[in-house]
Amino acid sequence: MNTATASRYAAEYQTIASALPGQTLLWLQALRAEALIAFSAHGFPSPREEEWRYTNVSGIEKKLFAPVMGKGYNTGVCHTPLQSYRLQDAWVLVLVNGHFSAELSVLDGLPEAVSVMSMADALAKQPDKVEKYLGKAADQSEHSFIAFNTAWFTDGLFVHVPAKQVLDKPIQLLHIVTGSDAMATTRNIIIADEMAEAKIIETFVGIDNAYLTAAVTEVFVGSNADVTLYKMQSESDKAYHFGGSYIKQARDARFTHHNFAFGGLLARSDIHVDLDHASECELNGLYLGVKRQHIDNHTRINHLKPYAVSRELYKGVLDDRARGVFQGRVIVAIDAQKTDSQMNNRNLLLSDDAEADTKPQLEIYADDVKCGHGVTVGQLDEKSIFYLQSRCVDEETARNMLTFAFANEMVDKVKIRGLHDMVLEQVLARFPQEGVNKEWL
Amino acid sequence: MLSIKNLHVSVGDKPILKGINLEIKAGEIHAIMGPNGSGKSTLSHVLSGKGGYTVTGGSATYQGKDLLEMSPEIRAREGVFLAFQYPVEIPGVSNIYLLKAALNSIRKHNGQPEVDAMDFLTLVKDKVRLLEMDEKFLYRAVNEGFSGGEKKRNEILQMAILEPKLCIMDETDSGLDIDALKIVSEGVNSLRSPERAFVMVTHYQRLLDYIKPDKVHVLAHGQIVKSGGADLALELEEKGYSWVEEAAA
Repeated sequence: MNTATASRYAAEYQTIASALPGQTLLWLQALRAEALIAFSAHGFPSPREEEWRYTNVSGIEKKLFAPVMGKGYNTGVCHTPLQSYRLQDAWVLVLVNGHFSAELSVLDGLPEAVSVMSMADALAKQPDKVEKYLGKAADQSEHSFIAFNTAWFTDGLFVHVPAKQVLDKPIQLLHIVTGSDAMATTRNIIIADEMAEAKIIETFVGIDNAYLTAAVTEVFVGSNADVTLYKMQSESDKAYHFGGSYIKQARDARFTHHNFAFGGLLARSDIHVDLDHASECELNGLYLGVKRQHIDNHTRINHLKPYAVSRELYKGVLDDRARGVFQGRVIVAIDAQKTDSQMNNRNLLLSDDAEADTKPQLEIYADDVKCGHGVTVGQLDEKSIFYLQSRCVDEETARNMLTFAFANEMVDKVKIRGLHDMVLEQVLARFPQEGVNKEWL
Repeated sequence: MLSIKNLHVSVGDKPILKGINLEIKAGEIHAIMGPNGSGKSTLSHVLSGKGGYTVTGGSATYQGKDLLEMSPEIRAREGVFLAFQYPVEIPGVSNIYLLKAALNSIRKHNGQPEVDAMDFLTLVKDKVRLLEMDEKFLYRAVNEGFSGGEKKRNEILQMAILEPKLCIMDETDSGLDIDALKIVSEGVNSLRSPERAFVMVTHYQRLLDYIKPDKVHVLAHGQIVKSGGADLALELEEKGYSWVEEAAA
C-alpha cells in the first residue's frame, strides 16, 4: 500500500472531478465519492495481497499519470493504428485517451431497439438504466483498481441488446491512447437481455509511450442469452494495462471470453464470472511475453447454482526475461450440485530467463460435482524438433513452427474473420524469426 | 551408397556400437536384426542424426560425403529418410503442410523450383490411395490422434512422396496388426528400385516375410556378429538369438 501515491491521485482528482461525465447525477456522485475513499485508503494493490503476490505494480507509483481532459484529447491520433486495428464489417466505437470520438466511430445502421453509445451519452440520455447496472457486476471492494476506475472513469462503451435481438455484426470497442504519461480510465457496460446474442470486441492499443490504461467492463448476460467477448490487448510495450471483465450470467446463459494479452510492460487482466443455474462459460486465453514484459491473467469462476458448466484454457509463451502469471480460481458453492468444470493452463518457456507462475485453485463446497484442473510449464519437445528435422525442416524453423502451433490453437478459436487475421498478425509479429509463415494454418 | 567403417558410438560414457562395418549398395535391402539392447536403434538414430550420441571412432560415408558431419535436416534433404519406430505427434502442424514444406526444401536443396500446388495435390492423393489411407488424414495435425497403424502408414506416405535414396526403417513392424503390416509392406515394396536402398531394423523375422531382404545382419553387443542372405532370418527365428551370440563369443 502506498497512501502517498493515493493522496497524490486524490488531489489530482479534485481538479478534474467537475469535468467527469454524469456529475449532475447524485447517485453517481455518491458512488464516485465512495470509490475515491476506498482507493485513498488502500492505494494500488500490494504484492502482500494474495491475489497480487506475483504482480508488483509499484512501477506505476513512480509516475503520476494524468487524465487527458478538455478539447485536445484526440490530438495526435494518427491514422495508422486506426486503420490497422479498426475492423471492417463491425460497428466501431473509438475511445481516444479515454474519450469517445464520434467522428472516428462507425455506428450507422444499428437496429433501432439496440443501444450502442458512449458511456457519457448513456449517462446523459438514459441515466436510470446505467444506474441499474453500474457497479453491479464489479465489486469495488474486490481490489482498488475497480475503485480507482469507478472514481475516475471518463467515458466508455454502453451496449444494450434487448430480448430476442441477435446482432448480426460484432461491436468493436477500439481503445487508443496517444498521450505520454496519460491515463485512460474507461468503464463499459454490456447488457444482453433474454435470448439476445451479441459479439463484442475490445481492442486496446497505443502509441509508443508510457501510459496507464485502467478499464472495467461489466457484462450482464440474460437468461438464454449468448455473449462472446473478445479482448485483444496490444498496448505499447512501455504501457501499464489493468483491465477487468466482470460477468453476471443468468439462468441458461452462455458466455465466451477470448483474452489475447500481447502488449504492455506490465499488464493484468481480471475476469470474474458468476454462473447461475445451468449456465455455461468458456474462458480462453493466450499470453505472449517477450523482453521484460510482465503479463498477469487472473480468472475467477463462481459456480453459484447447480448444473452450470465452465471450461477454461489459458496458454502462455514466454521468451527473453518475460514473466507470465496465471491465477485461476473456481469456486463451487454449496448449492452448485452437478457442476462441471475444467481448468487448464499450459506454458511454454523459450528462454532460461523466462518465468511462468501458475496457480490453479479449486474451492469446492458442494459434494456432487465434476471438477478438474491441469497445469504444465515446459519447453519445446526435443523429440518433436528432431522429427521435423528428419523431415527436412531446419532446427530454427522447427522451433518456430512448434511455438506457433502451440499459440495458434487459441487464435483458431476466433471465428470472426477480420479479428482472426488481426490477432494472427499480432502473434506473427511476436515471432519475427525467419521461416514462420501463414501457410502453417 | 552407404559405407560404414569401424563405427564406434557412445551414450555418455557407455559404448553402444563397437566397430560396425556395413556396405550398402543402391537397390539393396539390408535387414539389421538383433536382440533388445544390441544397438539396433542406436545405429538408425546415429545414421539419421539424432542428438545424444557421441561418435568415438570410425566413419559413415553416404554417396561419397561424410554423413556424420551433416545436420539431420541436411541428411534428409540429401535423401536419407528415417521411418520412426514411434512417429511423433505434432499438434497444430497439418500433415499436408509438413509434406509440402519437406518436399520443397528437398527441391530447393537440389536447385529445383517449388512444386506446383496442383501437381502436389495430385501426387499426394495418388499416394494416399495407394496406401489405402483416408484423405482426411492429410488435413489433420501430423500423427495427432492417429492409431499405431495409421502413424506407420503416414511414415510410408511421407517416404513415397519425398522419394528418398536411403530409407532407414526403425522397427516398422512394431505395433502393426497383420492387415496394416501388409499395407505397409506393399508400400515399401512398391518403392523398391535400383536407385534406392533400405535398411530395415527389426527384432522379428515377421516383417521379412513381406519384404524380402538381400542381406541379413545380426547385431549383438554393439557388433555385427553374423551376416548372410534372407535364409539367416529364418534360421534366427527358429533358433533364437542366443545361437549367434554364443557362436560369436
